[in-house]
Amino acid sequence: MQVAVTGLLRAAVNGAASISVEAATIRELLNKLVDRYPKFEALLDSDVAVAINGEIFRDNWSEPIPRDAEVVLMPRIQGG
Amino acid sequence: MSGVHVSTTINGDAVEFVCQPGEVLLDVLRNRVGLTGAKEGCGTGDCGACSVTVDGRLVCACLVLGAEVEGRAVNTVEGMANGNQLHPLQQKFIEHAALQCGICTPGFLVAAKALLDRNSDPTEEQIRYALAGNLCRCTGYDKIVRAVQAAAKDLAVDATKPAAKKKATKKPSKKSA
Amino acid sequence: MKDDPSFTNQAFKVIGTRVARPDGIDKVTGRARYGADASAAGQLVGMILRSPHAHAEIRSIDTSKAEKIAGVKAIITSADLPDKVNGKRDMLDILENCMARGRALYDGHAVAAVAAIDAETAKKALKAIKVDYKILPHVTDVDAAMQDGAPIVQSWVRTAGGDANKTTNVAQVSQFGHGNIEEGFAEADVIIERSFKTEQTHQGYIEPHACLASVGPDGSGELWVTTQGHYTFRTQCAQLLGMDIAKLKVTSSEIGGGFGGKTHVWMEPVALALSRKANRPVKLVLTREEVFRGTGPTCSTSMDIKVGAKRDGRITAALAVLRYQDGAFPGIWGMLGGMTAWACYDLPNVKAIAYDVLVNRPKVAAYRAPSAPMAAFGVESTMDLVAQAIDMDPVEFRLLNAAKEGTRASYGPTYGPIGIRATLEAVKNHPQMKAKLGPNQGRGMACGFWFNFGGQTCSTINIGTDGTVNVSVGTVDVGGSRASLSMIAAEELGVPYETVKCSVADTATLGHNDTTEGSRGTFSSGMAIIFAARNAVGELRARAAKTWDVPVEEVEWKDGTAYPMGDQHHNLKPLSLKDIAAKSPRTGGPIAGHNETVADGAGVSFASHICDVEVDPETGSTRILRYAVVQDAGKAIHPDYVEGQFQGAAAQGIGWALNEEYVYGKDGRLQNAGFLDYRIPVCSDLPFIDTTILEIPNPGHPYGIRGVGETSIVPPLAAIGNAVSNAVGVRMNHVPMSPPRILKAIKTQRAAG
Repeated sequence: MQVAVTGLLRAAVNGAASISVEAATIRELLNKLVDRYPKFEALLDSDVAVAINGEIFRDNWSEPIPRDAEVVLMPRIQGG
Repeated sequence: MSGVHVSTTINGDAVEFVCQPGEVLLDVLRNRVGLTGAKEGCGTGDCGACSVTVDGRLVCACLVLGAEVEGRAVNTVEGMANGNQLHPLQQKFIEHAALQCGICTPGFLVAAKALLDRNSDPTEEQIRYALAGNLCRCTGYDKIVRAVQAAAKDLAVDATKPAAKKKATKKPSKKSA
Repeated sequence: MKDDPSFTNQAFKVIGTRVARPDGIDKVTGRARYGADASAAGQLVGMILRSPHAHAEIRSIDTSKAEKIAGVKAIITSADLPDKVNGKRDMLDILENCMARGRALYDGHAVAAVAAIDAETAKKALKAIKVDYKILPHVTDVDAAMQDGAPIVQSWVRTAGGDANKTTNVAQVSQFGHGNIEEGFAEADVIIERSFKTEQTHQGYIEPHACLASVGPDGSGELWVTTQGHYTFRTQCAQLLGMDIAKLKVTSSEIGGGFGGKTHVWMEPVALALSRKANRPVKLVLTREEVFRGTGPTCSTSMDIKVGAKRDGRITAALAVLRYQDGAFPGIWGMLGGMTAWACYDLPNVKAIAYDVLVNRPKVAAYRAPSAPMAAFGVESTMDLVAQAIDMDPVEFRLLNAAKEGTRASYGPTYGPIGIRATLEAVKNHPQMKAKLGPNQGRGMACGFWFNFGGQTCSTINIGTDGTVNVSVGTVDVGGSRASLSMIAAEELGVPYETVKCSVADTATLGHNDTTEGSRGTFSSGMAIIFAARNAVGELRARAAKTWDVPVEEVEWKDGTAYPMGDQHHNLKPLSLKDIAAKSPRTGGPIAGHNETVADGAGVSFASHICDVEVDPETGSTRILRYAVVQDAGKAIHPDYVEGQFQGAAAQGIGWALNEEYVYGKDGRLQNAGFLDYRIPVCSDLPFIDTTILEIPNPGHPYGIRGVGETSIVPPLAAIGNAVSNAVGVRMNHVPMSPPRILKAIKTQRAAG
């Protein structure tokens, strides 16, 4: 599947706006990204969120990624 | 440092304390008398969170010296309810959701009561100006004004009822007058 | 989703009613205890010495004279707060903000602290501390800080992803969007491009930061503190001071407002360090001046907005270049502006470029929907200008371009069911739109977007033998959430609201909960309570089964009562929760339900506001005549408090739009650190604020709940800007629109005119 990458996270994936990864869960997706882009590991703690079909997940890395889902890597953000 | 001995009345009770000459009433109430209902939001008289009455007059306790209340009657939010019967303002603040965080609530209640004591049927504009010295950052004042309007209506109804009922509701408010 | 029967047909008994809040009586009688209302035997008074300079090297701090003053028990500087976080940047920034490390980075930056037997002695000690400063050049304006040759605020900062060798004040540059804006602008019939500025504001909570810290020689400690997140405070304090997390018990007091400003630590590690050094409890309460100079504020900004559209009203391209100052430490505030700027609209070609810039001002903290109001001011003002240019009604223009289910958001993902169009339709049909306007009066409207958050949450339900229910939550109640959470527990268990008592647990009693921020309190704790209650119901059914001696599968739970299923049990009398609770000591002991969860799935939120103003052309003063808020709330648990959130957010936005502003002198010092000169709206400034709650259920929550706390601070700046523009024919491009600024704009227009 294609994973869209937004904002500063692109810097960690060599500037790509979109990358091709196969993953069944958020955890698998992030693990594969770290394998491929070691710089990504530093972001895992507090800088990454994953949107699956428009729903934003910050912490629930066990969330399954359905087939043909829209997946977007987003900055992890906070509110007031 | 030599302290000043002060005899006063707080919420109807005779109270004595010793304070420093430069110590403000708010610090006396909070740190020496143990009444923490009045809050310090600014210490400069701008926010009204420390509103109390001295001889019935609405003041910011952060701008009055403790030594100044010698022989006077101080009333705070802790003295508003009559035993376990809330003052109508207190009741209406809860019913109308006129508080969120609640830090400004004691000051608003004391100020609103001072208003209703001198004007039992205020217009919306009179309420808004009477409470303009009290800052609230949570509510946008909408529900506070509505609660004061509702309490005024309640007190007016009470005033037409037999004397016993009237006395029960009004009693705490008359202490300082 | 509106038609999904699992949401709209939920028949609630308690949810949606307007019950009295459980902490109401304590708060109207003065009994409720806030940060400054606690005391401990033998407590000392803590006070902080702050830099009078915007930027200075601290050559030395001589505390010897102060230490000799009778009654002074401890003095600390950054030497007493060594790096215990192995250089972890975000934590070191927080530590350095608590206490300057070799350099004062802004006017008001803490440089030393004392603990003494009383306030007088502490004040004397502060005066006796000698700090040798070497004053350095400073910069407080965001545009000036980006220029070549500007004083560098932090020498270690490099632009993220940029030149690794170049010192800079630009901490990061983020980009969001899709499509091709050059092509989009080429297709446009009309292009409007404008620049805007907004000034720095403070959250303005009425309760100053306050805490009571106590650390013993064994390394155990307690902290009573006003905070939006006592678990976060515990972790941060323990890490910064090198304590074991489990040995620091943090209790959240009642909180007198936070709005984002009480989401991370300020002086709490300082109070703990003082207590550790003095071996006595230390109470540290900030003054209002310290609150303004040393805590909180949101960013000031500068931005360029460009929108291109066809004559038929379709937007072909949109660009925002946003420059946000984060104070003296890097933040994500510009980035958030970039993510939210265009989120209301369905745009084929869109881009936001966001700069996070350092200046010599206090470390910026979150402020209610952080960063969104400023970007919305620029975007929504420009939207009105485009509508005017193509002669289209501003509401129709927005409706034509509004995002909908399936729209790709400007920040990346595709929207599920969202409420922006519904808020615009409600605005279109709102009676205020038909109210007559007089001379010098104008009407404006604007839209706003904000994210919601979920996060780590855990809750426990304990059922007493009399059938009453304790609910323990770990999300701080900042605006009445104990009421809504008690309602959720009552609904799920099928018991009366009055039998439920909800408390905020301390950090030693309940597991970690994320901070109450991002409109997450009721959403996430509500979710954990629903699941905890369902666990408790499982136990209640099991106890009923034991009592009846039937298999648990044959026990049904309905309306707070266990019923035996099937004809074979027709002789068994149903058991209420109260019946089962009374027998619990003999059926297996106390009955409880617990849940820990990551409450993801919070969704997004939209609001549209209408504002009518009257501007006095002689003085430039603006009066709000009428104000209406329309917001999608998801299912409203307690409508009074949903309305209260809408009204309070709008009022904060109105203050921001018209008056509130940090004023810095040429010397880099804050000139208005008090409520007299930093004027927040008072009761006589505002009319009643009309509210419309739209209940578009959130599919990510069992009850369809969304966060409601933040979004309505987003539209007011632009709604008022548009109203002022329509009242006096002058486009305001600088917030706050204070009387002098409006007057100047009118005069400039007349001179040009």
